[in-house]
Amino acid sequence: MHISMNIWVWVAAALTLCIYSFLYKDNPFYKFAEHLFVGVSAGYIMVMEFTNNIIPNLWNPLFVNHFDEKGRLVSCAFYQLFHDGRWNIGLLTLLPGLLGLMVLARLLPKVGWVSRWPLAFYFGAYQGLAIIGAMQAWVLAQVFGTLVTQGNPVFSLALFSTATQHPGWTTVVAAVSGPLMIVGVIATLTYFFFSTEHKGVVGGVAKVGIVYLMVGFGASFGYTVMARVSLLIGRIHFLLADWLGVVS
Amino acid sequence: MHAFLDKFLHIDRRYIFIAVAIGVVLPLIFPLKLKITTTPPVERVYREINALKPGTPVLVSVDYDPSTEPELSPMTVALLRQCFARKLPVIIMTLHPGGPGLALGISNKVAAETGAKEGEDYVFLGYKAGGSAVMLAFGRDIRLAYPYDYNGRPLDQLPMMRNIKNYDDIGMVVTISGSTFPDAWIAYAHERFGPKIAAGVTAVMAADYYPYLSTNQLVGLVGGLKGAAEYEKLINRPDRGHLGMDAQTIIHIFIILLILLGNVAYLITRARPARADAAPTGGA
Repeated sequence: MHISMNIWVWVAAALTLCIYSFLYKDNPFYKFAEHLFVGVSAGYIMVMEFTNNIIPNLWNPLFVNHFDEKGRLVSCAFYQLFHDGRWNIGLLTLLPGLLGLMVLARLLPKVGWVSRWPLAFYFGAYQGLAIIGAMQAWVLAQVFGTLVTQGNPVFSLALFSTATQHPGWTTVVAAVSGPLMIVGVIATLTYFFFSTEHKGVVGGVAKVGIVYLMVGFGASFGYTVMARVSLLIGRIHFLLADWLGVVS
Repeated sequence: MHAFLDKFLHIDRRYIFIAVAIGVVLPLIFPLKLKITTTPPVERVYREINALKPGTPVLVSVDYDPSTEPELSPMTVALLRQCFARKLPVIIMTLHPGGPGLALGISNKVAAETGAKEGEDYVFLGYKAGGSAVMLAFGRDIRLAYPYDYNGRPLDQLPMMRNIKNYDDIGMVVTISGSTFPDAWIAYAHERFGPKIAAGVTAVMAADYYPYLSTNQLVGLVGGLKGAAEYEKLINRPDRGHLGMDAQTIIHIFIILLILLGNVAYLITRARPARADAAPTGGA
């Protein structure tokens, strides 16, 4: 057993145990650790965004003389204005900065409406960028993949013929998995089609869709359990290895 | 029997927590060294990296924060070990504000193990906000998004980056993420500019990314700590992924037993009122 002498390991271990104390019942230690986590996370992300975004993209071009990536001295906008009498900074720097400041208006109820303009610009620009990529990647490619896989159609009589001539786990799965997938896609989409009542044929297909959805949710639940257990293993490993030195 | 089942259905959850804790702690202290089998999605990532010629750059985007570190760091370490062993120059970056500390620590650690030199064998670019905007900028020139590396050095001054301009000069992009960054990499990078994309994701997200494997929009997928353990097996370097598999197996078996017992107990106790109503009450 080799207990760590690093103060920050002890702090992390103590906070970990404070959080886990919630499993017994809610208590002030848990509340303290939770609030500390929220505050530190918010502060850390704010500093990251400020130093990686605002300083190099807005502050430096406006107020700080600096060297560019090719080693050339670039005077800031205000230096050039007062020294050379010319304003040499474009809208591409000022406009995003101004829009960013307008978002802060949301904090003041009387002028909160001002924040809608930059948000509208942001949503509009992002939608324009996203539509083509999203359609291509998340719709068209997936529809194509439902019908064709590895260059072969998913519903193939040749695969069925192979499965009947050489019955085995691999050949049967290869033959039926494609049709099962197509049936599943159609049935699941039918379940979410609410323009017609789910009765008769439509109702029957929707019920099949429910079965597919349940299988999918079950797989998702299993993966979720695995993920949560992995996170627990990671924390316990930290306590046993980095803090107490019981395991390597 | 019914009294026992009633008690079981209303068991204090803290007993379950204690059992789970024991199930995790004991295998870590006394490893069982259970066998790990590899699966095709992980093998595909391994094979794609192996197929790259030495000297072909790989872009690794470490897009996660400490909340998913136990699942994703082991696979990041395994991936970097394979890249450095194959002499593939690695460009490491992050699009998540919580990622730089993790990415820097992992890259320094693996570089120290393998003797890789920063600037020659790998470059750490740091964090850049914008997500999809960065991915689109890379299609023209990496320097549009990252004119400097994390240490403030211009990219043109780094020996490794002299011949790398955009996706055309990169062999593969690997995104390791606990959120939806792989969707964006596929939509904005792969569909528009064509680089191969592989993804390492948390187990929660893995099920959502199998459709991309079928359509070859992803060349491979590493999912969760199990995926990391498989990757460690493929590169023959057991590490944290392997260590966690014993505990994972025991806990999974325990949870499956609880679910089965819980369902059986529920069905038996649910049937009881109907049988009680149907039973003759006896005459007066």
